[in-house]
Amino acid sequence: MRMTKTPLTVLAALVAVLAAVAVAMIFFVAPEDADQGLSQKIFYLHVPIALTAYACFGLAAWKAFRLLTTRGERYDLESYTGVHQGTIFGALTLVTGSIWAKASWGVWWTWSSNQLVLFLVLFLFYCAYFMLRFSLEPGPRRERISAVYALFGVALVPVSFLAIRLASDFIHPTVFTRDGPQMTGEMFAAFCVAWAATTLLAYVMYRVELAGKRTDANLRELREVLAQ
Amino acid sequence: MSAAEKYVAAAYGVFLVFVLFWVVIIATKLSRLERETGELARLARARVAAGEPTDG
Repeated sequence: MRMTKTPLTVLAALVAVLAAVAVAMIFFVAPEDADQGLSQKIFYLHVPIALTAYACFGLAAWKAFRLLTTRGERYDLESYTGVHQGTIFGALTLVTGSIWAKASWGVWWTWSSNQLVLFLVLFLFYCAYFMLRFSLEPGPRRERISAVYALFGVALVPVSFLAIRLASDFIHPTVFTRDGPQMTGEMFAAFCVAWAATTLLAYVMYRVELAGKRTDANLRELREVLAQ
Repeated sequence: MSAAEKYVAAAYGVFLVFVLFWVVIIATKLSRLERETGELARLARARVAAGEPTDG
């Protein structure tokens, strides 16, 4: 069954179930980390949110690519909504990461971590997307320029994701290595459920926001027709 | 409550507040759309009653 055909209520209910299971697994099944103790529990929230932000930017780039190749107008709103969701989850990544940094390293932020700085660059790049988009008149030109920007931005995603592997970074921990996840089976299971819940939540939010924006556009058109 | 507990509660709390804030924004938008749809429906009904075509 295609996700786009699944009713929103079913998906929203699934998010609620997955979130409840994730919280139970994080706090009652996954053991406490030997190094960081309780503060490591933030990992189950912070990393899925960051991965979801990457996925949203990836989705926005895919929709932008579809717009540029097919000229389908609907892809413009879809790409814009993807960037919007990605930026929201990006902001959440920075906030939860900052709280985790304070709990683990004793500082809210450090400029010496490539992972942190590159994620901030990625976030600011996508913030600039909105400035660019709203500085242009609505129409095909804005759609094309926004799509090109969203498409270029996605190049920063693998750079940000691989930053701690491309350069030696001793501050930000590397949990997923070539040898697999560096955690116990219960921890990994809790992480996977939390990741699924966060991704599905973002998808539900994407669908709701997109429906709102489409209704807005349809209403605007209807108002223009009735005003004639 | 230990310092670690406070930080964990803060991180999860931020996420919860964000979701609630998003629900408030969507609820506000839905109210606006409902109001605007009502206005357009009234306008369309008035035009039909006046014998005017509504397809532009």
